[in-house]
Amino acid sequence: MNSLLQVEDLRVTIPAGAARFTPVRGLSFALEKGETLCIVGESGCGKSLSSLALMGLLPKSAEHQAERLHFDGIDLSRLNERQMADLRGNRMSMIFQEPMTSLNPVYTIGDQLAEPLIRHRRAGRREARDHAVDLLEKVGITAAGRRMAQYPHQLSGGLRQRVMIAMSLMCSPELVIADEPTTALDVTIQAKILRQLKQLQSELGMAMIFITHDLGVVARIADKIAVMYAGRFVETGTARQLFSRPLHPYTKGLLSCLPVPGKTASGEPLGSIPGVVPAFIGESSSCGFSSRCPYAAPLCEREPDLTERGSSHACRCVLASAELDELRWEAA
Amino acid sequence: MFHFIVRRLCLAALVAFTVSAVAFLLLYLAGDPAIALAGEGATEADVLAVRKQYGFDRPLPVQYLGWLSNALQGDFGHSFFFKIPVVELIAEKMPITLKLGLSSIVFAIVLSIPLGVLAAIKPNSIFDRLALLIAVIGQAMPSFWFGLMLIVVFSVDLRWLPASGSSSWLNFVLPTVVLGYYATPAIMRLTRAGMLEVLQSDYIRTARAKGLLPIAILFKHALRNAVIPVVGLAAVQLGFMLGGSVVVESVFALNGAGYLAYESISRNDFPVVQALILLFSLIFVLLTLLADLLNAWLDPRMRVH
Repeated sequence: MNSLLQVEDLRVTIPAGAARFTPVRGLSFALEKGETLCIVGESGCGKSLSSLALMGLLPKSAEHQAERLHFDGIDLSRLNERQMADLRGNRMSMIFQEPMTSLNPVYTIGDQLAEPLIRHRRAGRREARDHAVDLLEKVGITAAGRRMAQYPHQLSGGLRQRVMIAMSLMCSPELVIADEPTTALDVTIQAKILRQLKQLQSELGMAMIFITHDLGVVARIADKIAVMYAGRFVETGTARQLFSRPLHPYTKGLLSCLPVPGKTASGEPLGSIPGVVPAFIGESSSCGFSSRCPYAAPLCEREPDLTERGSSHACRCVLASAELDELRWEAA
Repeated sequence: MFHFIVRRLCLAALVAFTVSAVAFLLLYLAGDPAIALAGEGATEADVLAVRKQYGFDRPLPVQYLGWLSNALQGDFGHSFFFKIPVVELIAEKMPITLKLGLSSIVFAIVLSIPLGVLAAIKPNSIFDRLALLIAVIGQAMPSFWFGLMLIVVFSVDLRWLPASGSSSWLNFVLPTVVLGYYATPAIMRLTRAGMLEVLQSDYIRTARAKGLLPIAILFKHALRNAVIPVVGLAAVQLGFMLGGSVVVESVFALNGAGYLAYESISRNDFPVVQALILLFSLIFVLLTLLADLLNAWLDPRMRVH
């Protein structure tokens, strides 16, 4: 009942002349304190727009509506811009995908790190500075004191992303939305940063929405997973459920792209999903995945609802769970 | 930072040296100075005498080095027309031009940067259109006409401000408005374009994600990035204002260095022309240097090379 975040029927629309794009078409989920929800999907499925909508950071050209958008009992849709700004960077914060361009080039790391604490907690410069150094060390930056006086262009991408993570944690938020925070980084650094993020999360007891297209990442950190396709969740469940018993053909397809240690023989080709995410103008009545689904049938003309398939496991497909269990992903 | 400044200073000195040579040679581009000096109806003997008297018969490099060594000691010779040292002449006129130029650039910046920022906040709004209109008028209106209109309204009809002269700061109000307004459109449009681009950037989104308020986002995070190109433009504009305020100076009878340059050219008063060209160029070099330093202060990335 008292979930930290309750989202019902979140939509993002972009007016484009007479037409309207609807890149996010009704997301519903709840997030408990300290929990990690991973939203998985390929590029263009609406993941980033959903997270920006939650933060109230959508570009001016886009707008969002929701039946319910509650954060710790606060109805976000009723807050004005100023009240929303009071929450941002304070009780809910965000880590972006682009570490190279997300820091202001003309201010020092220290200056930018201190800002949230000064803004939200009325902290003094020294207090903010000490806290920033502390957090930089926690995200694994050595010589943190020296880094504080440096400018973004003097730091590598990995370091910049660590700075971004530290910045998002300055006010110990209850919710962090991480939008593909490791996508732009080397694989070796990715693993390290993920570990540190995960550790900080349990230390600070914060909830996290982690947005990614990388299932390998999901397996490491998720409590719950929502698989997103063309602006909708097609399957939701616990991490265990989705990895051990994926139901939706799209989830199966995604998993087939991953090698499984001990199962995938060397030389055996990995799976793939042909085609690309369709671009939606307005509402479409058919199942969004039907154009790429090897099991598409005439029934798929009408998009099914997200239906319960066991406790906390739901799937959006016309096929019954038993039928889906039988299917093995075989891309044409 | 120290290396950066030293390198810029060396470059500035090199440019200044080149300019001095060009300023000197300009004298010969305008024809034989001895013939020009001797005047109409002068005999061959008169011209020869003039040539000898002013040393025009010596080889060019020798003349240049002589001129340069004198110039470095602050001696630019005597004005052919006024018969007084060029230095005295310039010392009298230059403060007027400096005052006008500086007050005009301040006026232009104070007017155009806020307008540019406001226009960028809501592109294509009524306010943006209004700012564009102001810019277009400033660009299109001839300075002399605008100056005359201001005189008609504020000096003749309302009798608020003096129409001519340079005795008090009140005399500078109208010329400052005319000259400053002329520089406003370019600075304003560049500020607007810079702000529009910067406001789209990822680090502005980061600033918003931190919960910073619009004032801090606009003036701390966006403006500093947006004005970096504006600094260079403003320096060039100020250079033009100092060297090219002839029209405004003559409309308001300010009698500054710009007007002196214009008259000296038509009088073939070469020592004055040479000195003024050198001076204006040095000011330009200095302004560019200042702009570079200011940019390096604004943008740490420029301090590297």
